Order: sequence, then structure tokens, then C-alpha cells
Amino acid sequence: MPSIVAHFDVPLVRCLDAEGRVVGDLPPLASDTETLRTIFRAMLRVRLFDTKAVALQRTGQLGTYASCLGHEALHVGIGSALRPEDAFFPTYREYGTQLWRGVKMSEILLFWGGDERGSAFAEQPHDFPWAVPIGTQTLHASGAALAFRLRHEARVALAIIGDGGTSQGDFYEALNAAGVWSLPAVFVVANNRWAISVPLAKQTAAQTLAQKAIAAGLPGVQVDGNDLLAVRSVLDDAIERARRGHGATLVEALTYRLSDHTTADDARRYRSKEEVDRAWAEEPLVRLRRFLTERGLWTEAEEKRWTERCQEEIEEAVRAYLATGKPSPADMFDYTFATLPVGLAAQRAEALAAVEAAPHG
Amino acid sequence: MAKITLVEAINLALAHELAHDPAVVLLGEDIGPNGGVFRSTVGLQERFGEDRVLDTPLAESMIAGLAIGMAAMGLKPVAEIQFSGFIYPTVDQMINHAGRLRTRTRGRLSVPMVLRTPSGAGIHAPEHHSESNEALFAHMPGVRVVTPSSPRRAYGLLLAAIRDPDPVVFFEPTRLYRLHKQEVEDDGEALPLDTCFVLREGRDITLVSWGAMIHETLEAARVLAETGVEAEVIDLATLSPIDYETILESVARTGRLVVVHEAPRTAGLGGEILAEVAERAGYDLAAPPIRVTGYDVVTPLFKLEHEFMPSVNRIVAAARRVLEG
Ligand SMILES: Cc1ncc(C[n+]2csc(CCOP(=O)(O)OP(=O)(O)O)c2C)c(N)n1
Ligand SMILES: [Mg+2]
Repeated sequence: MPSIVAHFDVPLVRCLDAEGRVVGDLPPLASDTETLRTIFRAMLRVRLFDTKAVALQRTGQLGTYASCLGHEALHVGIGSALRPEDAFFPTYREYGTQLWRGVKMSEILLFWGGDERGSAFAEQPHDFPWAVPIGTQTLHASGAALAFRLRHEARVALAIIGDGGTSQGDFYEALNAAGVWSLPAVFVVANNRWAISVPLAKQTAAQTLAQKAIAAGLPGVQVDGNDLLAVRSVLDDAIERARRGHGATLVEALTYRLSDHTTADDARRYRSKEEVDRAWAEEPLVRLRRFLTERGLWTEAEEKRWTERCQEEIEEAVRAYLATGKPSPADMFDYTFATLPVGLAAQRAEALAAVEAAPHG
Repeated sequence: MAKITLVEAINLALAHELAHDPAVVLLGEDIGPNGGVFRSTVGLQERFGEDRVLDTPLAESMIAGLAIGMAAMGLKPVAEIQFSGFIYPTVDQMINHAGRLRTRTRGRLSVPMVLRTPSGAGIHAPEHHSESNEALFAHMPGVRVVTPSSPRRAYGLLLAAIRDPDPVVFFEPTRLYRLHKQEVEDDGEALPLDTCFVLREGRDITLVSWGAMIHETLEAARVLAETGVEAEVIDLATLSPIDYETILESVARTGRLVVVHEAPRTAGLGGEILAEVAERAGYDLAAPPIRVTGYDVVTPLFKLEHEFMPSVNRIVAAARRVLEG
């Protein structure tokens, strides 16, 4: 008989079930009612924003847009768990995290409206902008975490990646680096079951995505990503561990992409209505609302007032977005290098002259 | 015969080769039940089965590497990279292995693979979905680079690419996917990979371009014709290796040359063509040749994409400068 030289477990953490009933140990956050209410408001706010963004695209006022529908607990959970000085490395649909961390609604709209000024983030100094190439951002997080370690800063880098993204080499390289140097990083896999049209079963033969941490020497935890309390419970531990210098954690959050992949996609081509209906029964807002309502911490009237306030804020953001003039063609050149090289200055002049000569192409 | 779009012609060529050559296997992200994000593989998995049309895990270096292994073992993989902005992880595999396996093994192993990818700007796409990076692959010895500019050439060139015994990177201009329709006969006739296509004959000036920019270049030729200037328009089509004979023959007659491409200027193929023409036919030139290209900047997000891409006006202005020079 061979001897067993290593043995691993992958825990799954749940606090609330789909109806908001307590099914596991509650984190301290569960009794911090003001914070919980703030978090629920943020989840509602991003749901409303997301709905509006899709509507803008449908009416030709926004480019292709990637909805975050169904990911609100995970994204707001991450936002509320991090400190401002930590650094966040998004993919392209984590508006719940970004709004919490100072990114403006109008900036998100500008980005999807094809305007680079959307990534300039007036009120978020160090988070990375959207990473569209799948997987690359995980390495940036490891690099940022390495910088924090080398400079003895008590900061944490958190990257999020999709289930599809875990197939990329960059993802394994990032985990491996984080293991080698015991980096203050947290990697969150948003396992929403689909990578555009490819289901998880075609992405990996592994039983869980959390176990992908094990080969890198990191702990891997699975969590119900639609359960805000569970998400916070797991993230608070992982972030604390990283901040204390005990190394990185991989968190696999089980959730579901309730929307099409982007507004350019039609998910009806590859998944059934029944599956989507089942996923709706698990969605994250319902259970936290129930949990709060049953404890007298949230009312219908309050929700109505908050929804109206959010709608006003969103309308204001849309107005600001739509009123933003087209960027100058000079912008293509002016941020290419710290100082404009001579040859590029000539091309810049050429571009401006071409626009002057024919403003409409 | 029904008229079809460029993307439908791609589908037609893929179906033709799947039906006629059991060694042909398609692989890529979302090419199965979804039929590809641009619908270029629509219906093919249903028709030919999951062993001929494979949805892969999400990893481009993996896709290119798998294709090399499959090709060396006797298959003819046709791999799709979802957008050319996501092709960069394949660079290691393509330059270090696809392009050199034949050389290093003295022909014992070869890599008859195709890497297809949509490319170029102009469709209001998000970040990284508007890149023109053909020069990167044209710089790889042993790798062919091809791009069609019409449904008929898409069909014939893709057949040729799949049948070619060496690796081919095949750029499909997204802006042309649905712009024009053309009658395309599904006759299995491949086009040659070693010649340019003369799309318009003219005695006064030679305009060379490829891919989506052919559209603006032809339009510029039409505008020039209004003032009596007859421009010859050449679709390069095979970007590596380049058929210089057709270009030199044309320049020998016109004495004037403008090269138009969407990719950034520096180290782009325009510079390469100008250099070759200067070296081999410098005395045929009546005026210095000019490039009209994208600028040396990061491909802008779509609000500025039309300011980035060469316009008809810029091509016409460049042609007039060469004509006056
Ligand atoms: C390197 C790379 N390849 C392909 C794509 C095209 N693409 C965009 S999103 C996506 C699926 C991503 O799935 P997943 O990682 O599960 O994230 P999700 O969209 O579900 O949040 C693909 C293939 C890309 N953006 N980058
Ligand atoms: Mg996914």
C-alpha cells in the first residue's frame, strides 16, 4: 500500500439559505445592523444601476455592456470587506465593488460608452481599471501584493476572476507566486457557472475550483456567493489572514450569471429557461431582504424611499454621461508616454489636421 | 446562387472542408452550440459532431499549443481566437513552435494549422476588440498571414489556408463581416496564397491595402477618378509572404505608390512594402511613396475609433501629394 503523503479538504460556507433562514454560523457582521443595512442598500443600488445600463444599451445610448445581475452579494461583499488602502483588480462586471470603492456611475457608463475617461476614476486612486483579457489581472494582484510585502505595508490586493478564467495559465501563475512569497493577496473566483456559452463542466474536470489553490500551497474555500453573510465571513477571514502576513487564500464563490454574458450575447442559444428560473430562486437580494425584514431592520417603505433616491442618482449619472462631449483626438496621443515623443507629436498634428479638414470622417 | 456575407462565406468554407477532409477539426471558445460570437461556426457542431467542432476551455496559449500538437500528428486544426485582441498568449506557441517545427526537424514534422481571428476596428466594440496586429505575425518566419476583403476571397483564401501544409494566421475583418453580400459558389476552389489581387486597374497611381481598409481605398480611388486620376488598387491579401512582383509591376507603370493599413505605422507592413519597393524599383518612382495608417497609439476606445482609422479623405490627400510630388 502506498502511504498518503498529503491530504486536503475544501470547506463550503453558508450562513443563510435562499429564504433567508440561518443555516450556518453567523459572522460578527450579522449583529452590526447599521453596516448590514448599508450593504443591502448598496446591493439594491447596483441592481438598479445595472438595470438602467442595460436599458441604455438597448436604446442605443451605450455600447456593449456586461451586466452584474445576480452577483450583487459577492461584489458588494468584496467592496465592503476591503479597506480603502487595499487594491482591487476587477474583470469587467464588478460594479458593486467599484461603486463602493469610489468609482462613479458616470465613469462606468463612459467606459462602456467607448470613452477612456471612464477609467480615469476621479475618486479612486489606485484600483486597476477593467481587465478584459481573461485572467491577466490575477498576476497584477500578485505583483501589487508583492509590492505591499516588500514595502512592509499592511495592505491587501484582491483580484476577482470568472470560472472560465481559471483555465488560463496566468491564474495558476498568480496563485503560485502568491504561495511562493506568502503574499497578502486574496483571489476570488466568481463561479457563475458559465463562460459565455461554455458551462463549467467543459471548463474543468475538477470537483471544485477552490481546490485549484491546493497545488499552489494556498487554502481554498468555497462559499455561497449569493449569501452576503457567508461571503463576508469568508472574505473577512481571508483578508485578515493576508493583512497579518499569513499568505493568500483562494475563495470560490458559487453564484449564477442571471443575465446574458453581455448585451451582445443571447444566452437562450445555449442554456435552458428552467435552469435560469432555478437560479432566480437563489438570487442574493431576496434572502438578505428577508433576513433584515424579519428582524425589523428593513421595511417596504424604506425600500421604496431608497429606490427613489437611487433612481434620482442614476438619472443624474446618466445625464452627466450623456452630456460628456466626445473626447479630443489629441487624447489618443497625450497619454501614450509621460512626455510626447517628437515623432508622435507630428502624428498628433496630422490627426488634428485630418479632423479639422473633415470633421465627419 | 444566393448572395452571402463574408462571415457566411467563412462558415461555408469551414463546412466544405469539414465535409471533404476528415482530418479537419475546429476548436475554439464558444464555437459549438453558440456558433461563435460572430456566428462564423453556426450550425457546424450540430452538423459534424462534437469530435469535429470542439468548444475548448478558456485559454489561448492552450488553443495554439493544442493545434500545433494536433497538426504535427496528422490533423488539420482550424482554431478560432475569439478576437485578435486576445491572440497575444498564442505568440509564444506560434513563433517558438508553429513557425519553426518544420525547420528544426528538417521537414520530419510540420504544422498544417490555421489560427482564425476577427480583427480591426469600426464596429463600436469594447476594449481589446478592435486591434489590428497582423504585423506581429508577419514578423514570424515560417508563419503565413492572410486576410480577405470580400466574401468570395474569404471563401477561397480560407480553403487555401486550411489546405496549406504550413501554419496560417487568418485575420477576418469584423467590419466587413456583414457589410457586403456576394455570390459565392461552394465549389471547393481555393485561391492562391502567393498572389495579390488587383481590384481596380489604373495608370496613374498604385494604392495597396488589405482587409477592411480595402473598402476606404476603393472609395478613395473612386473619388480620385472624379478628377481624372486613375488609381490601381491592389488587395495584398497574403500579408506574409508578400507577392512583391504584382506590386512592382504596377509601380513600374504608375511610378507612384500609397500603402494603406489600419494598424499603427511604426514597424507596420506599410514600411516593409515601401522599403522593398525602394530597394528594388526606387528608380521607377516619380515621387516618394507614402503610408496612410493608424497612428502609433493604443487603439482607442470606440468614441475615437474613426479618428484613428485611415479615412477616405486621408487616403485621397496622400494620393494627391504623391501625384504632385
Ligand atoms: C483572453 C481572452 N479570451 C477570450 C475573451 C472573450 N471572452 C470575454 S468574457 C469570456 C468568458 C469569461 O467567462 P468567465 O471567466 O467565467 O467570466 P464571466 O464572464 O462569466 O464573469 C470570454 C471567452 C477575453 N475577453 N479574453
Ligand atoms: Mg463565468
